[in-house]
Amino acid sequence: MTGAAPVVDMTDISISFPGVKALDKVSFRMFPGEVHSLMGENGAGKSTLIKALTGVYGIDSGVITLAGEHVSFSGPAAAQAAGISTVYQEVNLLGNLTVAENIMLGREPRTWRGIDWKAMRARSTELLAGLHLDIDPNSLLNEHSLAVQQLVAIARAVDVQAKVLILDEPTSSLDADEVAELFRVIRSLKADGVAILFVSHFLDQVYGISDRLTVLRNGALVGEYLTEEILRIDLVQKMIGKELTALDDLEKRTHTASTSGSVDNDEVVFVRASQLGRAGSVEPLSLPIGEGEVVGLAGLLGSGRTEIARLLGGIDRADAGELTISGKPVKLRTPRQALSHGIAYSSENRREEGVVADLTVRDNIVLALQADRGWFRPIPRKRQDELAESYIKALNIRPANPDALVRNLSGGNQQKVLLARWLAIAPRLLILDEPTRGIDIGAKAEIQKLVYSLAENGMSVVFISAELEEVLRLSNRVAVMRDRQLVADIENDALTVESLLALIADGSDSASANSSVEAVLVEAGPAQSAPSQSAPSQNAPAPTAPSQNTSGGTP
Amino acid sequence: MTGLAPEKTAEPSVQPPNRRAPRRATGPGFRPSPAGPGVDAPSTLTRVLSGIRHTFSSPKYGPVLVTLLLFIAVFVAGGLRYNGFFSGQVLLNLFVDNAYLIVLAVGMTFVIITGGIDLSVGAVVAMSTMIAASLLQGGWPPGVVIPLILVLTSLLGLLVGLMIHVFEVQPFIATLAAMFLARGLCYVISKDSISIVDPFFVSFAQTRIPLGGGLSITPSVIIALVVVLAAVWVLQYTRFGRTVYALGGSEQSGMLMGLPTARTKVLVYVISGLCSGIAGVLFTFYTLSGYSLTAVGTELDAIAAVVIGGTLLTGGYGFVLGSVLGVLVLGIIQTIITFEGTLSSWWTKIFIGGLLLVFIILQKVLTAKRR
Repeated sequence: MTGAAPVVDMTDISISFPGVKALDKVSFRMFPGEVHSLMGENGAGKSTLIKALTGVYGIDSGVITLAGEHVSFSGPAAAQAAGISTVYQEVNLLGNLTVAENIMLGREPRTWRGIDWKAMRARSTELLAGLHLDIDPNSLLNEHSLAVQQLVAIARAVDVQAKVLILDEPTSSLDADEVAELFRVIRSLKADGVAILFVSHFLDQVYGISDRLTVLRNGALVGEYLTEEILRIDLVQKMIGKELTALDDLEKRTHTASTSGSVDNDEVVFVRASQLGRAGSVEPLSLPIGEGEVVGLAGLLGSGRTEIARLLGGIDRADAGELTISGKPVKLRTPRQALSHGIAYSSENRREEGVVADLTVRDNIVLALQADRGWFRPIPRKRQDELAESYIKALNIRPANPDALVRNLSGGNQQKVLLARWLAIAPRLLILDEPTRGIDIGAKAEIQKLVYSLAENGMSVVFISAELEEVLRLSNRVAVMRDRQLVADIENDALTVESLLALIADGSDSASANSSVEAVLVEAGPAQSAPSQSAPSQNAPAPTAPSQNTSGGTP
Repeated sequence: MTGLAPEKTAEPSVQPPNRRAPRRATGPGFRPSPAGPGVDAPSTLTRVLSGIRHTFSSPKYGPVLVTLLLFIAVFVAGGLRYNGFFSGQVLLNLFVDNAYLIVLAVGMTFVIITGGIDLSVGAVVAMSTMIAASLLQGGWPPGVVIPLILVLTSLLGLLVGLMIHVFEVQPFIATLAAMFLARGLCYVISKDSISIVDPFFVSFAQTRIPLGGGLSITPSVIIALVVVLAAVWVLQYTRFGRTVYALGGSEQSGMLMGLPTARTKVLVYVISGLCSGIAGVLFTFYTLSGYSLTAVGTELDAIAAVVIGGTLLTGGYGFVLGSVLGVLVLGIIQTIITFEGTLSSWWTKIFIGGLLLVFIILQKVLTAKRR
């Protein structure tokens, strides 16, 4: 398959945005008749690379060749004209128009009387038939399921004689049957010699459809592999990476006396989810959260880790199962209700769902407390100042100026302001979704220490992070999510980064850490293409995992 | 209503009966299940019924059909209640009295399908009457005055469109500014009403075109109908027209599909400006005068007609013929109030207000169901 020349060859592509190096000398190639998956966590540079290829972003340096010729596209229309079609994650079609129009819009057949609707319907029926889709081209697009819409988008792409088809997370909102249908179409396009770039967060799908993988991390190329030659566990490790941090002084937590033993005891369980789920978002799952316990949620992006946090925080409404708080069943319909039960949710989307960038540090800190009191009982200015001063000092917020606008703070300090806001209302359960993403190492350590001491003082914490070391360091228990399901809920006493990776990566549904590690080990043949960073051995402690038997030191 | 949408001809009777079945229930739902006639063979009646239900609950056709039924119901009710209501001339007078409003509604339909709004049209009508009256008073020939008005109002529309596109001003604000500008310019021309004595305008105003049987219409009605037909063709049979719909669906998607969204967005306001100019000239024929305070609030009548005619305020759905129907509904309510005799004409506004509420809620229900 690699005998042919690549149809797309991107060499040493670099793109910078103000203050960020989005892509750093990344190379990427695509072969005709091959499905190439682009892998990486959030912010790895996948979308940037796609946008560089489709002409949405200009490149700072590097060379893009298409079928051997240098190209530089001025925009998506130019790329499309050259044979590169993109089907975006969100279906970028027009639900208010018919299926036929969505396929042909902008290229409608015309006669002297204007658009020839009959020819247009005939042509789109033909194209749909080519994809084995038997739908009425006269029907409105939004009458169809997302899967069909996705296929209509592909039909449109096929009509422009695409040499390269980019599918950016086409499966994120499809169910299993729909994915199967999509894959059938992808395979038939592949057989026609189209080069397909596939992006998905679902490892099963990536392994099911792709021939080749390219892994990006933090805007840099990790490597290109043939799918059959790389193990899931190695792939996940390459995607997540290892951060040798300056945090080793923070000892890994072990169980405090109050929460060791059975967490199923209702007296110490603060919040208990029983078969809690939401259709299309997260499968029903059961999860107890003890008082003073830190529950880590691990899993890849899109695995359902944020979705479960949103259910617990009252952002999304559960449509299955029940939630009990201190033993009493409750229904959370709004974040306000969750807050009244002492549950605070701090979003991963810090800028848009967290801080209010145009308010001062002080205003941001007192915001939740003021909302809790009601807007007709303003917090006295003196009290506001005291609150702001004390949190700025306690969390070491820089600059230590309560009147500074939050927009001018660094990401880490914005996160601390957000934390301060929730701490000010003294919640009993604090849900932190990626609190340490994109912030510098010092702030990261401070936030970790804070979480640790909060739990020491009896606050329950749900801690979500893509960094497994961090999850392991802080959590009493780790719940592992994969493909929107809870696949494991385990005490954090014998867990290592490796066993956790195995749980996250494993395609089988085994719930026990050890058996899945074994499953992976059995799969592991000697023919490993890329040297993995650490041999997946279940007994050897991970090089970076701090010693496990030391009891938790107070920061 | 024929020719309203060519793709409609096959509907609703051809709709497969299982179209409304839960989409994801079994399998991917890509193809109508090959259940065949043996299983639960639907009778022709149920098929037709489900087709009708499907069409009525479609955001594309539903509101227009409801408006059509409403118009027929009001007409029949009026005929039963008042003597002489059931005459063809009552029906034709709806067109005669509202010719200018029909043209305004056509332009407004373009704008609202893109998801925009044009508040300036009433003021532009007033400005057109003022320009016409003052220039004719100054001895300009009608052959120059009328094209000049159309060019000026189109230019104003272009200005508004550029403001909306280039500076990303909200259509509401941009056209509000244009409204004040146009209304202000009226007063610059003259504070008082100017009557028109130009022979061409006078004869145009007085001409009646007989249709036989004692029925007649004015030339303005012909002009309005020509504008309507042109608009139907543009929206339905040109790429520009389809891009107008695309803009209302999603500007972002349209752009990613390689459609000329920027150009279309600006042109839509030019069309609305041009239609305001035509409406202004027709209004001048109707009143034979120019006056600064004329057509106050007419923009809201036009918007009401468009919405009652089934165009979604959020854009993406709507037909020119629906808007014509909307104007006729407004007109027939007015006629009924005239026939009633004892009611103040302000009752028209109360009815229109109520109707608008009902229609906007209807639209909400129809679009919510599709999400």
